[in-house]
Amino acid sequence: MAYSDKVIDHYTNPRNVGTLDKAKKNVGTGLVGAPECGDVMRLQIEVDENQVITDAKFKTFGCGSAIASSSLATEWLKGKTVDEALAIDNMAIVEELALPPVKIHCSVLAEDAIKTAINDYRVKNGLPELELPKSHH
Amino acid sequence: MLTLPIYLDNNATTPLDPRVLDAMMPYMTNMFGNAASRNHPFGWQAEEAVDYAREQIASLINCSPKEIIFTSGATESDNLAIKGVFEMYASKGNHIITVTTEHKAVLDTCKHIEKLGGKVTYLKVDDKGLIDLKELEEAITDKTILISVMYANNEIGVIQPIREISAIAKKRGILFFTDATQAVGKIPVDVEADGIDLMAFSGHKMYGPKGVGALYVRRKNPRVKVTAQMDGGGHERGMRSGTLNVPGIVGLGKAAEVARQDMEADTKRIAAMRDRLERELLTIEESYVNGSTEHRLPHVSNISFKYVEGEGLMMGVKDIAVSSGSACTSASLEPSYVLKALGLSDDLAHSSLRFGLSRFTTEEEIDFAIDHVKQAVAKLRDLSPLWEMFKEGIDLNSIEWAEH
Repeated sequence: MAYSDKVIDHYTNPRNVGTLDKAKKNVGTGLVGAPECGDVMRLQIEVDENQVITDAKFKTFGCGSAIASSSLATEWLKGKTVDEALAIDNMAIVEELALPPVKIHCSVLAEDAIKTAINDYRVKNGLPELELPKSHH
Repeated sequence: MLTLPIYLDNNATTPLDPRVLDAMMPYMTNMFGNAASRNHPFGWQAEEAVDYAREQIASLINCSPKEIIFTSGATESDNLAIKGVFEMYASKGNHIITVTTEHKAVLDTCKHIEKLGGKVTYLKVDDKGLIDLKELEEAITDKTILISVMYANNEIGVIQPIREISAIAKKRGILFFTDATQAVGKIPVDVEADGIDLMAFSGHKMYGPKGVGALYVRRKNPRVKVTAQMDGGGHERGMRSGTLNVPGIVGLGKAAEVARQDMEADTKRIAAMRDRLERELLTIEESYVNGSTEHRLPHVSNISFKYVEGEGLMMGVKDIAVSSGSACTSASLEPSYVLKALGLSDDLAHSSLRFGLSRFTTEEEIDFAIDHVKQAVAKLRDLSPLWEMFKEGIDLNSIEWAEH
């Protein structure tokens, strides 16, 4: 399968790989996917007192498109407020990375990871959990 | 000098040996006759060339030249053998025994037989990829007409106990067919000593051309016949009509001759390289060989790397051409049914690579492949949350994964 240049770039030089301390109150962690489905993403955000995401890290077990989707997501998250981050739509990832139809689920998973991480952060900080739309894949 | 990518997918197809190409060339140019033309030298030349190829092949597998039926390849040979026996021996029974790890050309043909009202038993394999002979004996009924077990598996290279299987078949008066596509030309295959009644093989897996193969059909003890699956001019003793692919057949013949001459030396060299590749790759933590290493082709190694995803791994090893146990052509991942049959979990099946060496593989290429795979696995594990959890001692089965 032919990958887009951007997917290859993120795969070759993934941004923000790593781990944040999930015990910290201002760190939200989203672990989504399943090993037997071939994709597991872990996305983490660190949020400051102004609700701004100051750091984002990921680790992904999956194909090149899954790695690129999560790598791109961390780039986009940094500097955004939590509310702005909630607005990130998987189709924006599809467009940016030129994902083919069979790889759209990778972008969906990245969106799920963002929302799950935000929810984790919210719950830790006494905010009500947001209802996540059911994954459509 | 290394030319990238390095070809290590010789179970899919092999390059044409230059000696084979040289033998074929005249039959693609001035010696273009139809082997069935009996009235002029063009036809005689072609027929002579075909007869010579039959002899070259016969001496590789120890049969009579008359027992070779030329086809378009192993898939056609598999179809002809199984469907041909099913039709020819319909009065004797309708039951066929085969194995879950066979090639699709056998499995799908058997599915077709089931649609026609035949009965098929699919034997399971153990975690090494080998069948249980007792299970085979128990599966035999008075309606069994054919046992179809591949000589060596295309994904893991595991060699089945062919002589034991044929002995069982003979004792019960059942025909034994083997798809030997991966074995012929690579390891000694002797239809007499092995007790084979029908055998499929192909040119392009043994440094010959694509589009040509053969079916060995025993003529004595017992005399075996198959019903033709194509109607036409009655070529190949009436079992396979169609103008003979003379250059292809000449190529298959030459490939057989070269294999017979070079097999011993080739095997020694290739097996040493394969063993070194495997030994080195197994120094990677959590890596496993799939299938028996004791009963195995000398040029194949199938290894799984845990906590690495198959498609990502394929992307990471782009400078070597190998096969993966994962067919990710659609949104749903399909792990290899052969590896699943060995009892591998989906994730291990997905993260496997099949290495197939050839007589043209060099030590330098193996050095490169070792480094390349090691780097790719290390890189992907650095990226893998599963690897991190494994390293922290977290049992991945204890996590409630959101199935998606």
